[in-house]
Amino acid sequence: MSLIVKDLHAGIEGTEIVRGLSLEVPKGEVHAIMGPNGSGKSTLSKVIAGHEDYVVTSGSVTLDGVNLLELAVDERARAGVFLAFQYPADVPGVSNANFIRAALQARMPKGEELDAVAYYKELYARMDQLGMDRKFTARSVNEGFSGGEKKRNEILQMMMLDPKYCVLDETDSGLDIDALKVVAEGVNSMRSPERGFLIITHYQRLLDYIQPDHVHVLAGGKIVRSGGKELALELEERGYDFLKEEHLTTA
Amino acid sequence: MTAILEQMSILERKPESLAGVPEWFSESRAEGWRQFLELPMPARKNEKWRFASLGNLQFEGVMVPPEAKGEGHYGAKGLEVRAARFGFVNDTLVESESHVPEGVICMPLRQALEEHSELVREHFMRQETTLGSAKFSALHRANVSTGMFIHVPAGVVVEDPIEVFHWLEGENVVAFPHTLVVVGENAKVSVVDYFQSDSKVKGSWAIAVNDLAAAEGAQLTYLALQDLCEEARMIQVNNTVVGKDATAKAFILNAGASWARQESLSRLAGTGSHSDMLSVSIGREGQEYDQRTFQHHASPHSYSDLLYKNTLYDKSRTVFSGVILVDKEAHYTDAYQTCRNLMMSGEAEANSMPGLEINADQVKCSHGSTSSSIADGELFYLEARGIPPREARQLIAQGFSVEVISRLGNEALEALVLSFASREFDRLVGMGN
Repeated sequence: MSLIVKDLHAGIEGTEIVRGLSLEVPKGEVHAIMGPNGSGKSTLSKVIAGHEDYVVTSGSVTLDGVNLLELAVDERARAGVFLAFQYPADVPGVSNANFIRAALQARMPKGEELDAVAYYKELYARMDQLGMDRKFTARSVNEGFSGGEKKRNEILQMMMLDPKYCVLDETDSGLDIDALKVVAEGVNSMRSPERGFLIITHYQRLLDYIQPDHVHVLAGGKIVRSGGKELALELEERGYDFLKEEHLTTA
Repeated sequence: MTAILEQMSILERKPESLAGVPEWFSESRAEGWRQFLELPMPARKNEKWRFASLGNLQFEGVMVPPEAKGEGHYGAKGLEVRAARFGFVNDTLVESESHVPEGVICMPLRQALEEHSELVREHFMRQETTLGSAKFSALHRANVSTGMFIHVPAGVVVEDPIEVFHWLEGENVVAFPHTLVVVGENAKVSVVDYFQSDSKVKGSWAIAVNDLAAAEGAQLTYLALQDLCEEARMIQVNNTVVGKDATAKAFILNAGASWARQESLSRLAGTGSHSDMLSVSIGREGQEYDQRTFQHHASPHSYSDLLYKNTLYDKSRTVFSGVILVDKEAHYTDAYQTCRNLMMSGEAEANSMPGLEINADQVKCSHGSTSSSIADGELFYLEARGIPPREARQLIAQGFSVEVISRLGNEALEALVLSFASREFDRLVGMGN
């Protein structure tokens, strides 16, 4: 049981950005993808989630054997993939509580209603865990939230929706160290043999708090190196410049 | 136009006289009829009817129906906690329930004409209709036979809302709902007018007038929930006068009718007066909402804030024309006006005409109008959480309206409006939007 990306080629507006990317994230493992700007990190996350602006020209993405590329965005999410956004959208006038509730309701069999009492109990417990004030239940989704509040809100949704595979797109960007720790603890609490993580990041910093099982380096739209968590430290020390020497990229 | 006029019953037939009303009221009706005959029908070249679909002014065969019989059968349940509840079917009183505080007059206009004739006379249709529908105000004045008279004496607070149901029944009928609310110094009241109908009201009309007056320090909240069946049409003329340090909040919901035109004038008559003008319209199919507003700042340190939001599906259409006028005495005025359209279909149409005339100093004014569709990024975000596209669009559209609804600042009233809006959005999802 894995999230498998095989020889993926994808791009936007006729420009190929991901060029033959292959990756397997088995359940129970945390994989980190690191890479310089423009290497295709965000494109990969958008393609997995199904953003319509990104066109897949060849290759496949499967989730426990299900071909994700044949599913609509919402179907992919219900199949068990969760994308924590780098820049989560504001949804004016829709309260956080109603938003998450609608997402959970969409996962219920037709005709069944979500148990509201149990829902709020769970929601409050998770918010407490993330140090989120109760006022965030009634506030409009992400509207007027600080960068850190938005990222916590992403992790809150991730916890509530209980996905099989979590893709975190630059979740550490714009976070101070305290928020980073809270977010990392949230992710760590969700680690389980039943769940896989793909953590996309530019910096090694987040990986101090979320220990990856594997680290991959993305450059020019494909994985150019894979290794253990020590690879992240090496990148931190040497920067991405070594890529230019070792792998001539077109990124 | 003359040829058509001759076929329009209500427009050519002098209203029958009413028995048992004060002489001044009979004279007022006769004067209304004279004015009606004198005033011209709206024409395309008239600026106040710019962009209007004048073809909607169809009155062929439209008549004042005979008195309705039996009990009211309203579409809305209304509020659980209320100070009073009155129901009219085609202007015939069918239900009354009232437990307002002592001293408050809350009764059908007809009864008030008997018991409080001079008080009614003092306030009845004292505001000139200036935003285009003077002819229809005159028609209303000529025909009005009842309605609600609500008078709250100084210092009295009516905690729970007063509800008035106006139900339209039958084809080619016309009703003239009238709501007159007078709030004394430091008094407080909220009133909800419901305009609804059964589904067989082809060609029928509601021509309503609402006059609202808030004296010094008073707090007045007024809601008009327009939820007529799609075959009915409506004109509503709403005049509000806000006294010194008084607050008036007026909210209009458009969820029904094939065509509805609302003219709302708020006159900030006293220093420190405050007026909120709010509206939510949800249009679908060929529905059209035509709204004309006027924020008249006649005193210094007055504040008005208008927020109208329209969500337009299918081939629905809106016209918004808003004017802010600041008199030369009205220094330190704050006046804001915003009209936003959420376009849910490429075929929907929104027309906006904001206007501003400032004659005073130290004034803060802004007006703006926008039309946009749901941002792709927003929709993607909801879908990426597993919410199907239709539900996602519905949530976003409803959220768009919520910003206005939440400005009511009253939980029960917000929930009431939201129940109408949600029902409408649910229906739209069911229709495949």
